[in-house]
Amino acid sequence: MLGKPERVTSLPLDLWDLAIRQAREAGVLARLCFQLEDLGILAQLPEKPREHLEAARTLALKHARDVRWEVTCLRSVLAESGVPITLLKGAAYLLADLPPARGRLFADIDIMVPRTRLEEVERLLLHADWVPMVKDLYDQRYYRRWTHQIPPLQHVLRHSVLDVHHTIVPPTAHAPVSAAVLASESLPLDDDGQLHVLAPEDMVLHSAVHLFNEGEFNRGLRDLLDLHDLLSHFGRRPAFWDRLTGRAEALGLTGPLFLCCRYLDRVLGAPLPDRAGEATLQWQPSTLKRTTFDALFDRALLPDHESCNDRLTGAARWLLYVRAHYLRMPLHLLLPHLARKSLLRPADVREEEDRRRRQTRIEQLLRTMSPPKNETDRRQAMQRSDQIGIGSES
Amino acid sequence: MSLKTGPFISRIRTRLPAVIDGIALLYADYPVSEAEGFADFHLALTQPPGARRWFRPQALFEFDGVSLFKPLPLTQALPMLEWGLNWCISNHAHHFLIIHAAAIERDGCAVILPGPPGSGKSTLTAFLTGNGWRLLSDELALLSLDDGRVTPLARPLGLKNQSIDLIGRLLPGARMSPPCADTTKGTVALLQAPQDSVFRSDETAHPAWIIFPRFMPGAEGQLQSRSKARTLIDVGHNAFNYSIHGKRGFELLSHLVDSCDCYDFRYSSMDQACRTFDALAPGGAAFKAASA
Repeated sequence: MLGKPERVTSLPLDLWDLAIRQAREAGVLARLCFQLEDLGILAQLPEKPREHLEAARTLALKHARDVRWEVTCLRSVLAESGVPITLLKGAAYLLADLPPARGRLFADIDIMVPRTRLEEVERLLLHADWVPMVKDLYDQRYYRRWTHQIPPLQHVLRHSVLDVHHTIVPPTAHAPVSAAVLASESLPLDDDGQLHVLAPEDMVLHSAVHLFNEGEFNRGLRDLLDLHDLLSHFGRRPAFWDRLTGRAEALGLTGPLFLCCRYLDRVLGAPLPDRAGEATLQWQPSTLKRTTFDALFDRALLPDHESCNDRLTGAARWLLYVRAHYLRMPLHLLLPHLARKSLLRPADVREEEDRRRRQTRIEQLLRTMSPPKNETDRRQAMQRSDQIGIGSES
Repeated sequence: MSLKTGPFISRIRTRLPAVIDGIALLYADYPVSEAEGFADFHLALTQPPGARRWFRPQALFEFDGVSLFKPLPLTQALPMLEWGLNWCISNHAHHFLIIHAAAIERDGCAVILPGPPGSGKSTLTAFLTGNGWRLLSDELALLSLDDGRVTPLARPLGLKNQSIDLIGRLLPGARMSPPCADTTKGTVALLQAPQDSVFRSDETAHPAWIIFPRFMPGAEGQLQSRSKARTLIDVGHNAFNYSIHGKRGFELLSHLVDSCDCYDFRYSSMDQACRTFDALAPGGAAFKAASA
């Protein structure tokens, strides 16, 4: 459906039922809505699936408005410091008006700042009500010492989540990436030089390394579509492919780029243009490794929906999760960490975490349904509305 | 089993006897099918595996294969189905503007009754819909994005604590699920929606009044007009997806508030409330006064 959306007009309702559920779980429902709208066939669809597509589009537009607003707020928080902000992933696609932004749902906002300015940025953000979500001291230390970001921050009032990075892969990774090299090619988004996005090649490589090396596949298909969109968009530029392969070699990210090309072809049936495709073949791993990767990624890149799973899907996702940890840090660091976190049962742990995340949303929902806790709160709320001139009876 | 409630089709899977009996009792008059087709929501109520099957058994709510809430005691499985359905609608049905409010109708005109828990909104709605008003919704008022009309979502009404006995006394013919104690909302029981309201689930209504009810011992049951600006803010606070709709949501709500008569309503007796609301209906004294 995502590949040849023009065929959907003849889809029977029971298949629509499944398509909507899979697309929702994969986080691509609103993207599909925009695609069908562009083709001019949205209006011809049966009412029920159309309602779900349009509802998802409404939500995605809200996310886009919110992220633009958060970026505006971030700019003003960091304006005086003069720290350059590089937007990463979704926020970058949105602010740079790139195709993967359409219909995207955002879980958080990712930015990158120079490592030397990290403390200052964190302090300024804290003053602006961004507080760490991770309270546990071991976890706090883990983030700061071993990863490429500080612990995720959450805004006290707006509940938005902000990931502040200083590069795009962990410093302990087998192939660390120098932030200075990324920054040297980054492109300004505004006149005052405060906001940046990565250069097209780096953006693609970051997207690939994020998808294939970070072990989070609940939005795997969406991330693969991001890569497809980015490559279709940038691929029209002269010399893009040569620059991309050259950059992959320079940054040591040929592995993820090879996987990106392989699974764009295998999962979406969208191979790279001949010359670029051939270039990535020089990085292909042994047949045994390739066969293993196929068995794992073919499963993990499908929507995380019960209808897409077979008996091995759970194991495939788990093995890729373990692989991600192995890529993230050498064994002498990884083993103590795993022992500490008892990640030997990641399925249970992650299910519990997922549930907790969803519950937070539900609790927020329930809070909005409950009256202010006590009379003082209520009176304060009323006073506030009176102060802005909406309290007086007309 | 696929169950049609208002504009939504829910495919529900469960083996829990309390839920099966509850559905048989409360949803006896609703269109049901076993056929595979399109469903808006795919729900399951199950028991978590393991020792908890025997020791303090629990119920789990699943939305399309994913459990969303903490498990609740098995005895609360039926209210959990209702809360879960509300969650599905308020989180996914953004083709409506959804207000946390009851809504009732007479002669094509709807009263929207926003109210926080504890304001007596459900009790009032139960009594009025047992006395000549049609139930549009007990919890979620669905406004069409195109024309602002209210789409019916006649589902069982959630009664709490003393309201259960009160409605049992006032509406002796009403059918109710067994009360379920110790939920986060106290004791709850579900009241079957009036049959006529269920059968007329396709008839939308024109919103004409927004009334904020509040049960208050000793109150005289008078309608007091409230400012449109205040009403807009308060209805906005009570809307589940107002901010999701952005500018369109603001325009829709402003139009709603502009075109409705807005009141506060403090009441202490059901009969008195019923008289006040009857005077509202087209042909009633308040309606004539308002349209004059």
